[in-house]
This record gives sequence, structure tokens and C-alpha cells, in this order.
Amino acid sequence: MPKTYDVIIIGAGIVGSLVARFLSRNKLDILLIEKEVDVGMGTSSANSAVLHAGYDPPTGSNKALTNVMAVEMWPGLSQELGIKYERCGDFVVAVNEEEAQVLEELLERGRRNGVPGIEIISAEEVRQREPLIRPDVVAALWAPTGAISDPFAATVAAAENAVMNGVELMRETAFEDFIMEGTRIIGVCTNRGEFFSRWTVNAAGLYADEVMHQAGVRPEFIIKPRRGEYVILDQADFKLTRLTVFFPTPTDKGKGIVVGGTLHGNVIVGPNANFVDSKENKAMTTEGIQEIWEGGNKLLPAIKRKHIIAQFAGLRATGNAPSPNPDINYNQDFIIEIPDKVSGLVNLGGIESPGFTAAPAIALKVIELLQGAGEVLVEKADWNPVRVPRPVFRNLSRDEQAALLARDPAYGRIVCRCETVTEGEIRAEIHAPIPADTYDAIKRRTWTGTGRCQGGFDMPRVVAILAEELGLTPEEITKKGGTSNFLSRRTKDVDQEHLSVEALI
Amino acid sequence: MKRDYDVVIIGSGPGGLAAAIAAKENGAEDVLIIERDVELGGILLQCIHNGFGLELFNEDLPGPAYAQHFIHKVRGHGVETLMDTMVLDITPERTIYAINRGLGYIEIKTGAIVLAMGCRERTRAQILLPGSRPAGVYTAGTAQRFVNVEGYMPGEKFVILGSGDIGMIMARRLTIEGAQVERVLEIMPYLSGLTRNYVQCLLDYGIVLEKQRTVNRIIGNHRVEAVEAVSVDAAWQPIPGTQEIIPCDTLLLSVGLIPENELSKQAGVLLDPVTNGPFVDDHFMTNVPGIFAAGNVVHVYDLVDWVTEAGYVAGKGAAAFARSERVEPGGHIPLKAGENIRYVVPHKLEKAHLAVELVRLQMRAIVPIEERVLVTVEDQNGEVVAKKAQPYARPGEILTLALKPQAYEAVQKATSLTVNVRKR
Repeated sequence: MPKTYDVIIIGAGIVGSLVARFLSRNKLDILLIEKEVDVGMGTSSANSAVLHAGYDPPTGSNKALTNVMAVEMWPGLSQELGIKYERCGDFVVAVNEEEAQVLEELLERGRRNGVPGIEIISAEEVRQREPLIRPDVVAALWAPTGAISDPFAATVAAAENAVMNGVELMRETAFEDFIMEGTRIIGVCTNRGEFFSRWTVNAAGLYADEVMHQAGVRPEFIIKPRRGEYVILDQADFKLTRLTVFFPTPTDKGKGIVVGGTLHGNVIVGPNANFVDSKENKAMTTEGIQEIWEGGNKLLPAIKRKHIIAQFAGLRATGNAPSPNPDINYNQDFIIEIPDKVSGLVNLGGIESPGFTAAPAIALKVIELLQGAGEVLVEKADWNPVRVPRPVFRNLSRDEQAALLARDPAYGRIVCRCETVTEGEIRAEIHAPIPADTYDAIKRRTWTGTGRCQGGFDMPRVVAILAEELGLTPEEITKKGGTSNFLSRRTKDVDQEHLSVEALI
Repeated sequence: MKRDYDVVIIGSGPGGLAAAIAAKENGAEDVLIIERDVELGGILLQCIHNGFGLELFNEDLPGPAYAQHFIHKVRGHGVETLMDTMVLDITPERTIYAINRGLGYIEIKTGAIVLAMGCRERTRAQILLPGSRPAGVYTAGTAQRFVNVEGYMPGEKFVILGSGDIGMIMARRLTIEGAQVERVLEIMPYLSGLTRNYVQCLLDYGIVLEKQRTVNRIIGNHRVEAVEAVSVDAAWQPIPGTQEIIPCDTLLLSVGLIPENELSKQAGVLLDPVTNGPFVDDHFMTNVPGIFAAGNVVHVYDLVDWVTEAGYVAGKGAAAFARSERVEPGGHIPLKAGENIRYVVPHKLEKAHLAVELVRLQMRAIVPIEERVLVTVEDQNGEVVAKKAQPYARPGEILTLALKPQAYEAVQKATSLTVNVRKR
């Protein structure tokens, strides 16, 4: 008889990782499966890093409820998980009278949604707080509970804390189908075999529709991937006067192109929002870069193209689910449910923006749903909600750096010169509870390779360190798993067809 | 080790090595080189191709052999070295903060500093190259390190974007190692590297160079699977209908070099937005007294020999400054870029300098002139102070002109000097 888990969670993005983390408080056998080589490689890895205050989603929607609820959870959660969090507030900027009207609507909606402290401030006040804002600003909505997180660190920390508390994580494990007994789900088939459980949580992000369809749930629900492109500016070249986020006035196309600070010090500009044909199409386009550039410049004319040091695109899981609230007509809501058709499934879907913000509240809703279905959760005596962060050399005082160096000389070798990342930090991540065993995993955790040279200096060194620590050859080291190897073979290791005696003479 | 030096040099490439030698030979007693890698020589160590030393030694040497010549001298002169060490900060008062594995935190005071950090390569993001983000997109220099230092091939089937020197040299190198180089694409209507590299690295190996053509898109999710190439018009806009999908597993970028001046900025050194390097005088001193700069950190050279020469000048200046022999310089006149000249290094000239020795000026042309040209240095009235005939002027090849002591009298009357390059 194979082992039966209490809960299997499909997908280790921010939602799946936080569901695992909050559930790990209880005496449950939990398996978290992730199709990629690392946690948080999908939508969680490519977004604006903004924790939204909650004035955007329609009042009464799942989006609004979980968003506003989660805003209050993030400060404590960030502290427990040992990740950075800045409640810097955000602005929605209006540049003409029509837009100023929209701000009034947003203010009203925000108050209805229960967003604390929001107000409309004058152009003068906006300019005072950010002199670089476009000069013809008319007014702005100011939301003091808007905040910035580090989505890479948050997902890793949540999953790591789950693992610390006994959750099993299996990476490169892709869901293929449910194992059903009548209408009861009793497990999942994966590329690594079958796993049995009493409950399964669908946290598959972009693929949540395909997962639920396998159980016959909501065949009409479709996720259309919507691509958002971003550029990152060099922090040595451009900084905001103070850390904050500027939104344009929203239109029916969405929240628009943001200019905001990040916890790494860079300014981020983006995203646009265009539907694409494939759930893996994260390609950037010339038109898209132009579009976000114009959008960013509209808010802050001071940003210059030559400040750009990185560009990327992310996909959002835009669904078509009607809101469960009968009072509102809204067809793009989060699905957070135990469906009637089958048993043993907690179904999540359409978790697009503000999904990152809402994730901790969604996790609590999952627990409520389980309890509502009669699941008796018994807390563990030894649950440890605290994950102690590993040292980040560049953020330490000179004395702390010296102490760290004395303990481990590997912190004395700088591997990434632009972002001042040490060999010690990289080795520590390779040996963390969730080992960072690809280049991109190291990059997301340490910020190595994200600076001006974009890996030109550090990449060969990181490949060598990974090979040494993992006991692999450099040819086996990948950027992001699968076939993303950096190197093809040793030099001189040429096919016979390339070699002839004449060529050697 | 000591914590107090006469001259400290940051970087041990050709500029840094020459600066150390010159500092010693001009009376600096305690000279230190700080190098972030584990060996002296900088990027020369991965440049195993020949072509180094033609100007200086009349010899055709590979990079490591060229470097070794100076490394012997540095050792013989008793220059101290601090290897595997990264400088974190420099103050305008010339205190240097660095770290390494053995010593931990290091604080050093010095009479003069020579910045010799070289340059870095322009990246994919800086040219806003669209498409997916797979493994297999490398700068040419990173690929060169993999092949020549680490002994690994970064791929088997290459497209190279940009006709910079490193890109062309890597096209040949990869071909010799059994890889296939499908194409070299250059967005400009002319070569951006040296003609000799085009002949020896591309023509001789049958590698196709396509001008006014660029990469429009990178294809492949895990590893590069292909690139889409496209022709561009004079404004670099893609010409519809000219797209071609080129299957390959690697895209190398050879699209320009940028002087590496993050440390310089921390020390208050002002940078020229055209060169991306410090404003320097004819001793290669920056605007911060006692902080000198030599080599690719000032502007990107095409021949190592000129980097070495710049290192000598900077090292000599640094020694004089450290020994307080250099009076606060005065009598400077600006050197300006004139007709078809992008920039001139140095940016200003101490008029008295020519009484002692020649001063070499280095310029880059803006557009190519494929016929005989005359490089002129003119004073504010258009009087020619110095001139030099050249067979052509190309943006990819630095123009050099030596202001000789014979020009001393003419320079004394000048309030500024402008360099031009025109058809003869």
C-alpha cells in the first residue's frame, strides 16, 4: 500500500508555497509538487513586486476581499519569513480632469473595499514627494498601505519555511492527471509516478484551468495568458527621490504601466498587458518595449533608455470566472472553492493581479475551506513559523561584514561585482533547505548577475561553483533546468569528422 | 602587508602593469597592484590570439606573452601585488577599501591612485534585443573566457551579432574548435572592429559578414534554438520582408565595450558622456587630484600597445604626484573634437608639457572616409599646429597623432586646440 498524503499541492508559486507554509502548522503529511526545477519560476517570478493596497478590484469580489485582508498580513509574515517589506505607499497619478474623475471613483471603491488611509492629494503635494513626476500632474490618489515586496525571496522563503516544517517538496514533478475513485480524487499522476492523498489543492497558476478540467470541473473556465513586459533601470544611473510606486490612472485595459522602486534598489517600468497564444511565451517584443517605455515616460520624463540594464516578461493567469458574489457583475474573479462535482479538491484559479498580494489570504481561505469540509486540523507543538534569512553581504555594516569574513573566508570573494554578491552567499544558497541548483535560482536568491554586466563577469564563476558544490561537470550546469545547459563540451573534444591528419599538421 | 603606499594601481591588465612599472621607474617606492583575479594580466590572459606588440616591440605576440613581458618587469621592480581582491570603495582622499579571502577587510592609504579597471561588454539588455531569455546568449568576451581559460565550448552553432574585434576573433576561434559560425551580423554599414581582424578571422575562414543586418528576435525557451535576422535601413529600422530565421544554439554579442567606472564615480571622478571614461589631462589625471586613469577605463582602445603607453604616462604622473614633485598644474588648454571627430583623449593639455616630451592624442572618427585623409590639430584661429596624413578614417580604428615638442611654440599661443579629420 503506497503512502497516502493528507494534502498534495500542485504548483509551488507564491500561492502554492504559502498554502503549504500555513498548512504545515498542522499535523498533516503534505506534498508540494512543482513542474519546474525551482519554486516560483512562473508568474511569481515576473511581476511588479507591488503589494497592492486594494482599491482596484470590484467591491465584494474575491479579489477585493483577499487583497485587503492580505495587506494586513504581509508585515508580520515578512518578518516571520525573514524577507524585506516596505510599506512605502503608492500613487495613482491623474494628468487631466477626466483622469481626476476616475481618481474619485477609485477613492470611493477603495473606501468600500476597506482600504485604510486613502486620500486624493494635490498636484503640489505629488511634486513635493517626487519632484521628477511629470510637471502637468493634476492630482493623485495616495494609498499609504501600498507596499513593495521581493517576490523571488517571498516564494523561496514561504516554500523553505514549509519544508522546514515537514512539507515534502518535489521539483521537476509535473501533474498529468488525477486519480479518481468515482467522483472522489484520491491522488495525482505525475511524470514521476503516482501519489495518493485525501486532499489535492490546485495552485497551478497559468495551468489551473487544465488541471481542473482533468477532474471535470468548470469546463467553461479558460485561462488566457496575458503577457506583461518590463524593463529594469540601473540603480547607479537612476533612482526615485523616495521609494514608492506610481500608477497611471487605470483604464478599462487595466492598471497600466507603473514606475516603481524595488527592494533591490532598481527602478522597474512596466507592464503592458497583451494576450499571447502560449503559456510559455515570455518573449519580449520591440513594440512592447516601446509601449512600456512611452508609458513610463508619461509618468516620469526623467527616465532614459540608456538607464535600462535588464528586460523581462511575465505571464498572468487571466481567467473568466464569474464572481461568487451575486451582487456584482464581474467575470474575472479568483476561484477559491471546493467544487461540488468532485470531492477531495480545493480549487484555485484565475489568480492574476492582485494575486501576489492576496496570496497569504488565499492560503488562509484554503484552510477555512478544508475546515468547513469537516477537516479537523490539529496544530503541531513544534511548528516554527520563523525562517532566519541568510546573510546578505552588501546589506551588512562593515563590522558585520568583517565578522562574517572571519567566520567564512568565502564571503571575502566577490563573485558579482556590480551587485556585490560573495561566493559565501552563493555556496550558502546551494546548501539551503531548497537547494539553488541552477544559475537562475542563484540569481533570484542572491541578485547575482542582475547588474550592469548582466552576468558577463559572474556567470562562468557561478557555473564553476555550482559544478563544484553539486559534484557535476560544468557542462551539466543549467540556467533554468531542462535543456538550458550553458556549455556543450570541453574544447579539443571535436567530432572525428572535424579532425584529419592534414588538419593537425 | 603595508597599509600605506605611494602609488596603488587598481587592475593588472596592460594599463595597470605599465603604470606600476612607470611609477617605480619614476621614483615611487611603495607601489601596489590590486587585482580581482588570481593572476596578473587582466583580459590579456584570455586573448590567446596574436596581434599584440606590433607597435611597441615590432613583434606579433599572443596576449599572455605580451602580458608576461610586463609581469616580469613588475616582479623585477619589486611591485607588491594583492590578488583575488576586490576594491569596494575609493574616497577622494585616496583611501581604498578592498576585501579578499585571506585578509578580509583591507584599508589602504596612498599618495596616488591609477584606475586601470578596463572595460566591460555591452549586454543584450543595453541593445534592447527582443525575444525569449534562454541559455546560449553570451557576450563574446564571456565566451572567450569559457573557451580559452576554462576550456569549455559555449555551443556548437553560432550567430555573432556585431563586428567588434572580440566577436570576429571568437568567430575564428570557435571555428578552429570545430563549431559552426553561421553568420556575423553588423547593424552599421561598416565594420566596427579592425580590418585586419575581418581579413584574418572572417575572410580567411569563409565566415559570412552581413552589414546593415541585425538580430530581431531570439527564439527558444530553454536553450537558443534560432535567431531571426533582419535588414535595417539607415535609421536602424527593420525592413519588412527581410526576415530570416537562422537555426543556431548560441548567439554571441560583440556590440561594444563600456569603460568600467563604478569605482571612479564613487571617488568623485567626473566622466565624459561620450567616452564613458573620466575627463583626463595629458598626464591622465582625472578631475580628482592624485587619481589617475589609464587604458580602457578612459576610452576603449583598439590596440593594446596604446594602452601600455597610456599606462606609462599615468604611472609616471602618479609617481610625480605622490612625491609632490608635480606643482598644481596650470596653463591648461582644452582639446576639442572638431569635424568628423567623436572625441579626443586627453581632454586638456598642459601647455608646458610639450617642452619635456611628446603628447599623444587619440581620436575616433564619426563616419568612415574611405580615401586619404588629413588629421589636423588647429588652434582657435584655425591655424594648423600639427597634422598627419592617413590612408583612411574608420570609426572602428583609433586615430592617433603625436604632438611633438616642435609644436611647443605654436601651442603656447593657443587658447584651445581642435582636432579634425577631412578628406585630403
